[in-house]
Amino acid sequence: MSDVDFVDWAMTLIWILVKIVLIILPLVLAVAYATYAERKLIGYMQLRLGPNRVGPKGWLQPIADTVKLIMKEIVVPQGSSKVLFIIAPILFIGPSFAAWAVVPFDAGLVLADINLGLLYILAMTSIGVYGVIIAGWASNSKYAFLGAMRSAAQIVSYELAMGFALVGVLMCSQSTNLGDIVTSQSGGILSWYWLPLFPLLVVYWISGVAETNRAPFDMAEGESEIVAGFHVEYGGMAFSLFFLAEYANMILISFLTAIMFFGGWLSPFEGLGVLEEWTAWIPGTIWLLIKASWFLFMLFWLRATFPRFRYDQIMRLGWKIFIPVTLVWLPVVAIIIKAGWLD
Amino acid sequence: MKKFKQFVNSFLLVELLKGLMVTGRHMFSPKVTIQYPEEKTPQSPRFRGIHALRSYPNGEERCIACKLCEAVCPAAAITIDAGVRESDGSRRTTKYEIDLFKCIFCGFCEESCPVDSIVETRVFEYHFEEQGAQILTKEKLLEIGLIHEEQLAQDIEADAKYR
Repeated sequence: MSDVDFVDWAMTLIWILVKIVLIILPLVLAVAYATYAERKLIGYMQLRLGPNRVGPKGWLQPIADTVKLIMKEIVVPQGSSKVLFIIAPILFIGPSFAAWAVVPFDAGLVLADINLGLLYILAMTSIGVYGVIIAGWASNSKYAFLGAMRSAAQIVSYELAMGFALVGVLMCSQSTNLGDIVTSQSGGILSWYWLPLFPLLVVYWISGVAETNRAPFDMAEGESEIVAGFHVEYGGMAFSLFFLAEYANMILISFLTAIMFFGGWLSPFEGLGVLEEWTAWIPGTIWLLIKASWFLFMLFWLRATFPRFRYDQIMRLGWKIFIPVTLVWLPVVAIIIKAGWLD
Repeated sequence: MKKFKQFVNSFLLVELLKGLMVTGRHMFSPKVTIQYPEEKTPQSPRFRGIHALRSYPNGEERCIACKLCEAVCPAAAITIDAGVRESDGSRRTTKYEIDLFKCIFCGFCEESCPVDSIVETRVFEYHFEEQGAQILTKEKLLEIGLIHEEQLAQDIEADAKYR
C-alpha cells in the first residue's frame, strides 16, 4: 500500500478523464451537426432546401432537436423487460464511444496507444449489437424484435468481410497498432493503402455502411416495413442515445477508413517538394478531419441515392460476394508484399 | 458474352456509380422549394378557397334563393331557407349556411349559380377558434364577398369565356 504513489495515480486518472471529455464532447457536437449536415445534403440532392428555419440557415436546428428530445418522456411499454429496456441504449452507446479510445488523431495524439488497436476496434463495433438485440427483445414488440434479429444477422455477416478486409491492412503494415498502421503508410498519396488494397477498401467501406445500419443497408430500421426497427418503442433521451451511438459509429467508420486506407493524419503532399513545404503548417489532425469528413459525406450521399436492399440481397452480398473477393485479394496482397512492390 | 459484360458491370458497381453521379449533380442544381409564408405558388382564377356571397354594386345581394346550390351540393353542406322580404316583397334567403367541415370544395355551387352569387374566393388560409365557427352564416358570407369583390369580379370575368 505504501509504495503506491497516490498523487501520481490520481493525476493519471484525472488526466485520462480530461482526455475522454476532450474526445467525447467534440464527438457529441459532431454528431449533432452531422444530423444537420445529413438533412441539408439529402435535401439538396433531392432539390429541397433542408432545415432552414431555426436560427440563421437552420444552424440551431440540432440544438432545437436535442432540447425536444430531452424534454420528452421515456415511456416504458407494458409487458417489457424494464431493466433490460433501460440498459439496452447504454449497452449500445458504451462501445461506440469506447472504440474512440484507440483512434489516433495525430502522431502520438491518442488516448490508449495499445498494440491490439485493430482488434479492439473490431470487438467494440461488434459488441454494440448486444444493445440492439436486447433493445429489440426487451421492448416486447414484434417490430422491434424483427429489427433486432435482422440487425444481428447483418452485423455478424458483415463483420466477417470487414475483418478479412482489415487482414489486408494488417499484412501490409505488419502491426495492429493504429498509429503504426498510419506511419507505415507515410510517403505521399501513392503509398497509402488504398492503392494496393483497393478491392479491400471497397469491401471495407460497404461493410462499414452495413455495420452501422445505414441506408441502403438499414434493414434493422426499415421505416417502410417495420416502422423503426429495434428502437420503435424508445422515445426521448433513450431514443437519442441510440441515435447518438449510430452517428458516432458512422463517424468512427469514416475515421477508420481514413486511418487504415488513406494515411490518417499524413499529408497527401508528402514527398512533393514545393507543395509539401507550402502545406507543412497544416496540422495532421486537420488532414484526418478532412479525410474523415469526405467519408461521412459519402455516407449521406449513399443514403440520398440508393433504395434499401432486400434482406436476402444483403445476405448474398455479404456471404457470396464480399468474403470471396477478400479471400481472393489476400493472396494478391501477399504476392505484392513478398515481391517488395509495397516499398 | 452478354452475361460476362453484365457481371463486370455489376462487379465494378457501374450502375451504382451512375446513380451517385445523378444525385451528385442535383446537389448543385437550383432548388425548387417554395418558402411558404414568404413565397406562394401561383393561383388560378378558378381557385376554390373559402366561400363568399356576392352583391351588386348598389349593395343589393345577388342571391335569389333558387336553391340550386343546395340541390347540387354533393356533401349537403349548404342549408337554405327562403322567404319573402318585408321591404319589397322579393324572394330572398332568410338563412344561408355553409358547413365548412362538410364542404369538399368541389365548386359545384359556384357553377350552378345563375346569378354568380355564391362563389369561392382565393383565400385558403383561415382557421376557427371555437366550436360552431365553421358554419358560415349569410352575414359572414356577404362580408367575405364585400372584402374580396374586386378580385372575384376579375376572376369571373377571366373565366367567363369558358363557361
